[in-house]
Amino acid sequence: MERIADREALGRMREASKAQTAASRCRILICAGTGCLAGGSGKIYERMCELVKDHPDVKVHFGPEIAHGDGEISVKKSGCHGFCEMGPLMRIEPQGILYTKVQPEDCDEIFHRTIEKGDIIRHLLFKQDGIEYQKQEEIPFYKKQTRNVLRNCGHIDAEHIQEYIAVGGYRALEKALFEMTPEEIIAEISESNLRGRGGGGFPTGYKWSQVARQEEKQRYVVCNGDEGDPGAFMDRSIMEGDPHKMIEGMMIAAHAVGAREGYIYVRAEYPLAISRLKLAISQAEECGLLGDHILGTDFSFRLHINRGAGAFVCGEGSALTASIEGNRGMPRVKPPRTVEQGLFGKPTVLNNVETFANVPMIIMDGAKWFKSIGPERSPGTKAFALTGSVKHTGLIEVPMGTTLREVIYDIGGGIKGDGEFKAVQIGGPSGGCLVTQHLDVSLDFDSLKKMGAMIGSGGLVVMDNHTCMVEVARFFMNFTQNESCGKCVPCREGTKRMLEILERIVAGNGKVEDLDLLEELANTITETALCGLGKSAALPVMSTLKLFRDEYMEHVVDKKCASHTCTALRRFIISAERCRGCSKCARNCPVGAISGQLRETYVIDNEKCIKCGACESSCAFGAIHVEG
Amino acid sequence: MGYITINNRRVAFTDERNVLSVIRKSGIDLPTFCYHSELSTYGACRMCVVEDDRGRIFASCSEVPRDGMVIYTNTPRLQHHRRMIIELLLASHCRDCTTCAKNGICTLQKLSRQLGITEVRFENNKKQLPLDTSSDCVIRDPNKCILCGDCVRTCEEIQGLGILDFAFRGSKMQVMPAFNRDLAQTDCVGCGQCRAVCPTGAISIKQDVAPVWAALADKSKRVIAQIAPAVRVAAGDKFGIKKGENTLGRLAAALRRIGFDEVYDTNFGADLTVMEESKELLERLEAGDNLPLFTSCCPAWVKYCENRYPEFRGNISSCKSPQEMFGALLKEEARLERQKAEERGEDVKTTVVVSIMPCTAKKAEIRRPEHFTDGAQDVDYVLTTTEITRMIQEAGIDLAQLRPESLDMPFGLASGAGAIFGVTGGVTEAVLRRLTGSSREEDLEAVSFTGIRGVDGIKEAEIKLGERTVKIAVVNGLHCAQIVLDRIKAGEAQYDFVEVMACKRGCIAGGGQPVPIGPRTKKARFEGIYQIDNMSQIKLSNENPIVASVYEGILKGKEHKLLHND
Repeated sequence: MERIADREALGRMREASKAQTAASRCRILICAGTGCLAGGSGKIYERMCELVKDHPDVKVHFGPEIAHGDGEISVKKSGCHGFCEMGPLMRIEPQGILYTKVQPEDCDEIFHRTIEKGDIIRHLLFKQDGIEYQKQEEIPFYKKQTRNVLRNCGHIDAEHIQEYIAVGGYRALEKALFEMTPEEIIAEISESNLRGRGGGGFPTGYKWSQVARQEEKQRYVVCNGDEGDPGAFMDRSIMEGDPHKMIEGMMIAAHAVGAREGYIYVRAEYPLAISRLKLAISQAEECGLLGDHILGTDFSFRLHINRGAGAFVCGEGSALTASIEGNRGMPRVKPPRTVEQGLFGKPTVLNNVETFANVPMIIMDGAKWFKSIGPERSPGTKAFALTGSVKHTGLIEVPMGTTLREVIYDIGGGIKGDGEFKAVQIGGPSGGCLVTQHLDVSLDFDSLKKMGAMIGSGGLVVMDNHTCMVEVARFFMNFTQNESCGKCVPCREGTKRMLEILERIVAGNGKVEDLDLLEELANTITETALCGLGKSAALPVMSTLKLFRDEYMEHVVDKKCASHTCTALRRFIISAERCRGCSKCARNCPVGAISGQLRETYVIDNEKCIKCGACESSCAFGAIHVEG
Repeated sequence: MGYITINNRRVAFTDERNVLSVIRKSGIDLPTFCYHSELSTYGACRMCVVEDDRGRIFASCSEVPRDGMVIYTNTPRLQHHRRMIIELLLASHCRDCTTCAKNGICTLQKLSRQLGITEVRFENNKKQLPLDTSSDCVIRDPNKCILCGDCVRTCEEIQGLGILDFAFRGSKMQVMPAFNRDLAQTDCVGCGQCRAVCPTGAISIKQDVAPVWAALADKSKRVIAQIAPAVRVAAGDKFGIKKGENTLGRLAAALRRIGFDEVYDTNFGADLTVMEESKELLERLEAGDNLPLFTSCCPAWVKYCENRYPEFRGNISSCKSPQEMFGALLKEEARLERQKAEERGEDVKTTVVVSIMPCTAKKAEIRRPEHFTDGAQDVDYVLTTTEITRMIQEAGIDLAQLRPESLDMPFGLASGAGAIFGVTGGVTEAVLRRLTGSSREEDLEAVSFTGIRGVDGIKEAEIKLGERTVKIAVVNGLHCAQIVLDRIKAGEAQYDFVEVMACKRGCIAGGGQPVPIGPRTKKARFEGIYQIDNMSQIKLSNENPIVASVYEGILKGKEHKLLHND
């Protein structure tokens, strides 16, 4: 790769890359995000490559706007498109055709019909409410989104820096280096009101200004890619799909605060993100965008990647820096704060992946543009990982202030199957629940805080009436308890006891006093835990206890779980009307809990019953069901 | 500088590093498990939480005082949280208080009583973990650990050793040596500082009380006690005697009452050490060999040097430590007596030497091969101040009520130079007194003002000996020793004589001393030691007449064999 010595060289490279992109008349972008790769997109990519190679004579026929004859086909591995549920995904440009649930066997047909002849393969198109969607952008899932941070994800080849440069990458860096002073950069970011996307919502510009004014001159920029919330994968998608955007953001931050070294802390469970980032860094180094005298200026910057070791708590700033230093990942008391004494005891800018990815856009388009999106106090867009009982799950990006209703019904397509909307768990193990009455609440930092929930890193789990909220609370408490670092007493011992109580309740052994004890514990943990993770550890329980106290009471007093989720609380009964007395259930019961006379109604001894459900599934007459 | 309003009272602060210190200064003893002023702030126990005027709750140990702050230390919310924290700790704690080594001095026990915990609503379902009894000095009982990390930080920050650390996470977290090795298989030097800061019974002193009781009850044994300098200023702690007061006379009375046949002073052994070590220093200065000379009185330091800086092993003085010199002398005397008696055809009792020490590392020192003479151990048992306190209590004796008695002769007479071995800088000062050879008040003062006194971790001094300027370093705390050794190694510092005490402030804060050892206790003991020196008529070891007589008598021709290691 050619070294980019100065600004002009970067411009030349951009033009060359653009020309190269334009030259390929047809781009086949195969999603190589973690989800689609798991679905077999690697094989699809290989097959498409083979087909293209084996048919050098194929000219692309793509409707009138594409000239015949000089067609060139390029097959690319893109980052995550976000529509993971429909994966593996294939996008064909310039038409913007999106094929969903593509299988390797479909490749030949795609090549010979769509690429060669321009035909649409209808069975691979996405369908919703009887409508077939040819183009990706028309699909409601995408149409209602504002994809700024994720703009390039799925549209460029994440493994080639030229592709990023071609779409305007590193222009913001140019602007920051040649047209702005560090003070102006910080002022612009401050003015934009960009707030940390990792969950805290701390004003980014203020953070940078605090680092910039420290006396110590050795400073660091650290990117937090330790996305640990179960089900959240916003940061992963950015690191996999558009790594340079985040790197560019880090470089701008480094220039603004006077740092010469940066670290990206990525959880080890993201091997693809790590390899893409490594590739991105090595390509940037090769062409001189990372290293000494970047673009011929005095700005020098080096980037290192650190892999996490699987601890959720390392997403907390001081635990993260401790982990990079090679110490045990445990939060420490503050002050001193990370901006004063962070990594290696030096002033450190520590931001999340998504926050850094927002930076180049703000520098390019200005704070005013950024503030025009979403509410004034938390402007910009936010990526969410939409999962659960919603029709279309995946990664979405919407302006802050979008309502839950829009997210669930317009983008997510509503509740899956016959279920009814019950609640949304937002913010993962540090977050809370929102229910029907909150459907029109605006999704932004401040509004959610008022509701006792938080944006967190952006996990959105939609739950329908088949979900047991006590079990949800138990699930998150189990997670938090497992992930507690063990340092402070309230979190270490308190979460353990809360989990014990919740386990007791879902096992049908709960007492009414347990609910008070839960609240007492939650209160102490929230008010006295050492770090942010500890302080929010009890939120899922507090929130469900507040909104679904009836459900807790039902578990504790009536020993019932209306959603039939809690196995131990199920009571199987045999309907006298339907039972023919065939004895099949009794023969299938592994513990001999069913007795009776042939041709008479059989009876289940609930003392003996282990709630395995073998009887229910073996009954030929549908006579056995769960009570309630 | 400024004022904080604490519970509606204005309290001035100056350079206190956190709100907790200001609160404590104001007379409110806010409870903590994990806060120690000499260690980094850990902030894990959350007991020191306070509430401000906006209802925000925060840990006062990690909050910098700001002028105008308004805080409350005992609101219902705080009371609730503190009780809950204690209850949670108790729930996972092995609560066999009545049989615990720390019964009565355990912080968890104390706070649970203080906060009125009457019920624990959670089941203790923690798996019972095995004890680590491998060390000669301390026992680790992980079942009693509350994970405050005090031992971890002490070992790392004060001693620079890092033997203990956390393993596993969450409720499975434990403190242990790397790979859960036995302490005996680590570089642990046995200083016992981890035990001194441990708020519960998770780290306790390896007990040698039982065999001593057995020896005392055995009619065929003559049991001799020698009392170390730092013991006398700490033994009164558990008897309501003023901190730092010299209890030597009362200890002698108590030891006789519980059955010791003779009670001597280790300070006498220290006088012997001064004689030998001064001689050694002069010889080395003369020859220019093996400089600097490192002191050898502190067994934890000797072990540290052997483990981590073996290249300096030859620099350590060949002198035995005071207790070992004394032990070897007592055993030699007993051997001679036995010979004489056997010649006469009489029976003699077997001599058992028991050292009463402030130190846990001394328990390991007596088992070192060089401390055996003709196959027999020079000192048979080491009892720490804490253990002897317990024995006195067990015998139903109140030390405070006893009338002081004099020690036995001949080895009950010692100089002030021997007494100051109990604090950092003491050995150096004693050696310098001997070398300058003057007991004139102004000369003694001149020595004491060279910079060797005081509580700094590293002290440096220079003194003229004849034509030569002798460069000295006085070190306390092994982390400081590490710094000094590295400097010497790198050629950044040059000394002729280096005194090292493993424990901060010296033996008065040793790992076997009664706890708690807070800043005020340390100060009182420190002053107590110098008080003893001030009161003694003999200031120089060489002026101790008994020293001269043993050199002429029993030691003659055997100085090297009995007083030195090879």
